[in-house]
Amino acid sequence: MHEYSIVQSLVDSVAAAVGTRTDAVVRSVRVSIGEVAGVDCGLLTTAYEVFRAGTLCENAAMTIDRIPARWECPLCGAAIPRGAVLQCPQCHEPAFMAAGDEIILQRVELEVA
Amino acid sequence: MCQDCGCGDTNLVPLELQTRILARNDSTAEHNRQHFRERGIFTVNLMGSPGSGKTAVLEATARMFKNGRRLAAIAGDLATDNDAARLVRAGIRSCAIETGQACHLDAEMVHHELHHLDLEGVEFLFIENVGNLVCPAVYDLGQSVNVVALSVTEGEDKPLKYPTMFAKADLVLLTKLDLLPHLPNVDMTAIRNAIAKVMPDPHIIRMSAQDDAGVDGWVAWLRERRAAQVHEVVSA
Ligand SMILES: Nc1nc2c(ncn2[C@@H]2O[C@H](COP(=O)(O)OP(=O)(O)O)[C@@H](O)[C@H]2O)c(=O)[nH]1
Ligand SMILES: [Mg+2]
Ligand SMILES: [Zn+2]
Ligand SMILES: [Zn+2]
Ligand SMILES: [Zn+2]
Repeated sequence: MHEYSIVQSLVDSVAAAVGTRTDAVVRSVRVSIGEVAGVDCGLLTTAYEVFRAGTLCENAAMTIDRIPARWECPLCGAAIPRGAVLQCPQCHEPAFMAAGDEIILQRVELEVA
Repeated sequence: MCQDCGCGDTNLVPLELQTRILARNDSTAEHNRQHFRERGIFTVNLMGSPGSGKTAVLEATARMFKNGRRLAAIAGDLATDNDAARLVRAGIRSCAIETGQACHLDAEMVHHELHHLDLEGVEFLFIENVGNLVCPAVYDLGQSVNVVALSVTEGEDKPLKYPTMFAKADLVLLTKLDLLPHLPNVDMTAIRNAIAKVMPDPHIIRMSAQDDAGVDGWVAWLRERRAAQVHEVVSA
């Protein structure tokens, strides 16, 4: 289970974003997790709840946006439907993943006095 | 907002970031990749379930190379250095990364080992990742290619259950082919079809480490891909 190490990296990323604003309190964190990113959102939430205590994310609720996987033909742009062979039926080109592998910190909200 | 009335209310300041959470791992991986490419080393991130035959693939690979000096391996293992010891016996320079609780290798662990392993004259470096079909696919190590070992006994729908790993694979090694006569119900076409639904450009090599069938095709693939990498570096 690597969700703990993802949370560790998440907290580090938040710290880098907060930088020198040491008087600010992080109130919320929003992340995007792709459907085939290899990250389990349930486990990520659990890991976050356990791990955030004592870090600068202690008072920050986390929201996860789940990004569905999308495969497309690189030539004609046709979408390859879910569960189909990952090749364009017209061009016979291997599809590419247009979305679905993101592990991204989108935004944080800081409370400043 | 409330600075005027002095009620002590606070302001919420949003920071739009859009940063990759694993950015630090990615940059270490890129550093490793630079090391490899400069030295003409072709690096394979070998992944797969526990027992899929990863170490056996590397032992078979060593048998095909007359000069074992060209090969090196890093073996990730939860608790032992058995795999690294097997590889050393097979004639491959190897070291172990004991991952303990960690379910995957990351770029930092590999970087650490790089500065421990003598890579003089090495053309192929194999990183045997922790046996696990989920986590290893998430962490870039700086490899040239991702290879998944999938044994014929694992069930035809295994690729469909672990799409992430196969989506990122450059090659699937279908291992333990020698067992097929004992497995009348295993449907090779079904395995191929499942792989094609999760891997956009499916390259599959069937092999057996028991009788070395197909290992020549795997070694030819490695040589071809390494030559392409060396050419790319030279012309860059
Ligand atoms: N019959 C047969 N058994 C194999 C083959 N490759 C590996 N094995 C056996 O499968 C088990 C697991 O192999 P190993 O290489 O340790 O798998 P790993 O955990 O993926 O490194 C061992 O008992 C091997 O002897 C093969 O090609 N044919
Ligand atoms: Mg092994
Ligand atoms: Zn994991
Ligand atoms: Zn097309
Ligand atoms: Zn270095």
